[in-house]
This record gives sequence, structure tokens and C-alpha cells, in this order.
Amino acid sequence: MPARPPDRPATSSRETLLVIEDVRVELPTPRGILRAVDGVSLSLGPGRTLGLVGESGSGKSMLSRAIAQLLPRKARLSGRVLFAGEDLTRLGAEPLRRLRGKSIAFVFQDPMTSLNPVLTVGSQIAETLTEHLALDWRAARERAVELLAAVGIPSPEQRLKHYPHQFSGGMRQRVAIAIALSCEPRLLIADEPTTALDVTVQAQILDLLAREQRRRHMALILITHDLSVAAGRTDEVAVMYAGRIVERAPTGALFRAMRMPYTEALIAAIPDLQSAPHTPLRAISGLPPDPTRLGPGCAFAPRCRHADAACHRDRPPMRAAEDGDHHYSCWHPLPARAGVA
Amino acid sequence: MTSSDTAPEESSPLLSVANLVVEYAIGGGTVHAVSDVSFTLARGETLGLVGESGCGKSTLARAIVRLCRAKSGRVVFAGVDLATLAGHRLRAMRRRLQIIFQNPIASLNPRRRVGDIVAEPLVVAGIGDKEERERRVRGALSAVGLEPELTLARYAHEFSGGQCQRICIARALILEPELIVCDEPVSSLDVSIRAQIINLLEAMKARYGLTLLFIAHDLAIVKAVSDRVAVMYLGKLCEVAPTEDIYAEPAHPYTAMLLEAIPRPDPGAPVAAGIPVGEPPSPTAPPSGCRFRTRCPRAAARCSEEEPPLREVATGRVVACHFPLLAVSQTLGRGRTSGQADF
Repeated sequence: MPARPPDRPATSSRETLLVIEDVRVELPTPRGILRAVDGVSLSLGPGRTLGLVGESGSGKSMLSRAIAQLLPRKARLSGRVLFAGEDLTRLGAEPLRRLRGKSIAFVFQDPMTSLNPVLTVGSQIAETLTEHLALDWRAARERAVELLAAVGIPSPEQRLKHYPHQFSGGMRQRVAIAIALSCEPRLLIADEPTTALDVTVQAQILDLLAREQRRRHMALILITHDLSVAAGRTDEVAVMYAGRIVERAPTGALFRAMRMPYTEALIAAIPDLQSAPHTPLRAISGLPPDPTRLGPGCAFAPRCRHADAACHRDRPPMRAAEDGDHHYSCWHPLPARAGVA
Repeated sequence: MTSSDTAPEESSPLLSVANLVVEYAIGGGTVHAVSDVSFTLARGETLGLVGESGCGKSTLARAIVRLCRAKSGRVVFAGVDLATLAGHRLRAMRRRLQIIFQNPIASLNPRRRVGDIVAEPLVVAGIGDKEERERRVRGALSAVGLEPELTLARYAHEFSGGQCQRICIARALILEPELIVCDEPVSSLDVSIRAQIINLLEAMKARYGLTLLFIAHDLAIVKAVSDRVAVMYLGKLCEVAPTEDIYAEPAHPYTAMLLEAIPRPDPGAPVAAGIPVGEPPSPTAPPSGCRFRTRCPRAAARCSEEEPPLREVATGRVVACHFPLLAVSQTLGRGRTSGQADF
């Protein structure tokens, strides 16, 4: 089934829910073809969490949209997205509509823009339920109260009648999660769900997602630019750069020994609480490449301390580390035990 | 604290905020955004100001640069009470204190060229002729790591968030201010770009001898830049301490909670537990007594009856808590004797 059998992680020998094979997304822009996603393959089992990590513009959100076939109209998609054995790229509009929101649900970064400002929260939850589960209005309302209570919203009965602007950012994200969970999805894609929130609320929202995932045995893709968010909350991490996955490993293995210099640089850029004040941070120099002007070599080479001529000329293939579940794409990988403790 | 108009001596603080109160009227109530806040900022110092959304830290920032009016209290900058200034005297003073906002893209006029945006403060202040201004703009852009030739004639939308924040910093620097209030300057940026901007602010501070008030909700970022840290909750300061001390031994339960919540880049680290569920109460109706008591694991009856004042618990450390964490850990470990908590 997958294109590259030797590369398959051990976890996929168990049941898989989602298999992505060589997915590419190209967007025509005035500046040329933008390769938002450039040949990504992944798999994810039920009840598992994948952290999809990368900077703005690395293609992580576009990849998540490609999974649900929610791409901009002009986008060109190739490759296969197998969800529960069915290739979503071949599905018609109507079956896709039934699938989205029901089997595959999303939580986005900014709940203020993903919720409808002129509808009460109750009617937005109930809409999903009546639409996908064919509940009548009364049953939908009861279920909505349960859902709001489940995501930790106090006095859910009263809150049903409130509009999104009457909630704080954290509470609004809880509402968005309640809507996402309402039809018991098998896959939840959370796209930077806590980036707009305070650290205290972030911890609560991530706890909530983890708890509901365990309870529902749901697969979860947690998209973030912050590796420290992924560290404690995922089974596996895939690091994206310029539309490609450059390193992928079980979370523990990745943090023990990251092989790709980009992954190490992402970790090193996080301020260390052990360092004295005014210790200079280890920033990644430069900017991510222009996705319409990608060269033939490794896209990270212009910012990489280890890069040589070969890195600029030839793109490194994805290869397996000694530990078979760990894959990386680099000509000059870091030594196996060089990870940040 | 001096209220004279004469130049202050070296020892007096560059900025001193005393009993500042800012309130807003909203439909059917009053938002107690900043309630009786006092602190000082020495010349060349960076004070980190930390708190959750809605705690009043941005309002405090705006009140300091007089973008909003305080109800009472004083903001004394370089010996001058800013509330007494108006018109050209206020504008003249504003050259010496600048502010950088959270959203760098929204802070830049999308219809103007970057060169004009950065030159604008000079135009407003009536400094230099066209050539002089362009020379200064080029200097400021170079200082923040942008290539003037590739930047001057372009528009904000052609730049990334991190580059836009560099442009905002160049604009703030161009009048050679003494104090820059940085209101969540890196919160909207990627982790990798955040580090670049933090390093840039540190370099600019050293190069221009700046004093910074650095506002953020992320304690890890604040540690990297601050000499002292002030923690704010629901309009009030609950703890002020030297940076190393507050991270080693938080005295206020709220500070401890904020530290606990920082995600660690280590899958072995325990995921933050002990974070009280919930969010700050509404600033339109703050709780009686200690405002943090509704989320505090140590709250007792006294906390709802009696508001804890800010008091000194160690040299240079003040905390507003009836049951601070510091006294306990001090007797256990460090053996600091001065200013022990008095219970």
C-alpha cells in the first residue's frame, strides 16, 4: 500500500487510519508556481498523536487542508490521501461534505474567525449535530449542553445562548473544540490551537485535547511552530520545512537524538529557563526560502551551519536512522547522540 | 521621586509609576484595568512585565506613553510628571519614549513605503531636511539588520512578520529615545524568528543605551531579556523581583503557576500539572481581597477579607500575598535573613 515499504514506521504495522502518499500541493501565484507541499508521505493510527512542526509558510497548514480536500480552488493536488482505506482525492463533493466535520474535524488557531459571530454558540453546535447526525433540535440542544460541559465551560445551559464575542479567547477555543468533537470524529486536526492563547490557558487546552483524544480513541494531528508544545503531547513528530518533511520520529527518539540540523536549530531557538538573563538566544539566521523559488538542493542549506556545496546542489533523500522509526533528510546529519537533553 | 523639571541625577529612576489607576467605562460597568500600580525603572534597566491576557499590562503600557489617560496616579519620566504636559511639550517628551506593539504588520501603514514609515517620526518632530532624514532612516534600517536599498521603496506586505517587527523597531529607534515600551513584541512571531528579534532588541539596547519595559505573557522570553520582572494579575502587581531570584524561587503562587505552565522542549518533563482550571475573573468585578484568590491553591479566609499589600520579603523583592511561597523555601534553603515574611 505505501510507496516506500522500507521507510514505514513500526507504528504503522498496527492499524492505520490515515495514510498520505507523496502528496503535493501547487498553487499558481503571480510570482510563479508555489510548491506548498512537496511530496509528503505519512501515516497515523487511531488514538495516536502526530505533531506537525514547522515555521510559518512551511506548508503544515496546507498539508492539513489537503487531507480534508479543503484546498483553495486553484490549488493542484497530487498523491493519495487514504482515510480508513478510502482515497479522499477521488471522492466527490457530496461524500466529502459528509466526511468533513463528521469523521475529520478541525480546530483552528483563531476561534474568533472560525466561529460565526452572528450565531449563538448553541446554534453553531446544534447545526453540526442536526446536519451530520440527523438529531432533532431538542436532542441536539441536550447534546450541545453535554459537549460544552465536557470541554470545561461553566454553566453550559446559559452559555448556549451566548455569542462568540462574549467568551474569552480560551473559552472560545473550548467552544471550537466542542464543535469539532460533536460528531465523534476519527481524526482531529488542531492547527496551532493554542498559539493565540496565554501559556496558562494553552496548558489547559492541550490537556483537554489529550483527554478527549484518549476517551474517544481519536487520531490527532497537532500542528505547531513550537517544538516544546509538541514535546509533551505527541507520539510522533514530523518536522516540515519548505513543503517537505525533513525529519520524522517517535517523539522520545527525536528529542533524544535529533539528526536534522534544522530540528536542532528549532529547539535551540527556544529560550532556556536555565540560562542566565541576557544570554543571547540561538536564533536561526535568515528567513525560510521563497516557496516559488526553491533550488535543487536542500531547502535549509542557506541557513545551515553544516551546509556545503553538495547540500546546495542535491536534495538529500529521506533515510532511516539506525533506529528504524526515525527518518531524516540530510547529507550531514548530527551524530546519533547529539540531541538537546 | 522628584517632580521638579530639572534634569534628574544619575541615581533617580528614568521612569517612576506611582499609584497608577486606569479605568474604562463599558456598558453597565467599569473595567478596573490598572489598579494602584507602582514601580520604578532605572536608566539602562530592562523590566519584564508578565501577565495573562486582560490583566491590564497593555493598558499600563499605553498609559505610560500617554496613549490613554490615567484616572489617578503619576507617571514621572526623567523627572517630569507626564500628566502635566500637553501640546508641544508632550510631543517633545514623546520623542524620548517610544512603543512597539504586538502585531508588527498591523502597526505599519499598508499604503506607505517603508522608507516613509520609518521617517515619519522625524517629520512629526520636525527633525532634519529630506537628505538628513533619509540618512537617518538608512542608518536605522541597517541597525535592525535590513538592507536599506532593498527596503526603502517597498511596502509592509512584502515583508514577513519578523521583518515587519524589525521595521517597527527601526521606527521606534529613529528619534533616539531613552525608553522603549515593548508590548508583546514577539508573541505573534515563530519561535525561530522570536529569537532573532530578542537578540536584536538586546543589541539595540546596548548600542543606544536604552531602557526597556518589556511586556509579555511568556515567562521564558521575559527571562532572556529582563533585569527585573514584575508580575501583574487583574490590574495589580503581585510580585516584583530580580530576574534570577524570581525564577529560582517564585514568591507569589501566581508566579509559580505561570512558571509551571511553560511548555518544556523535553518529552520526559512532566506536562504541567497543578494549573488551576479556569481563567482570570472579569476585571469589571474583581474579587474582594486578593484578586488571585479564586484560582489560588493557597487561598484562605483571610485572602477574601483583606487585600494583601505589596511588601518586601527579601532585598529588592516585593510580593502581595498573605501566604507567599518564598518564606518557606528561604528557611529551608537559602538562609537569607533580611526581610523575612512576617508570619
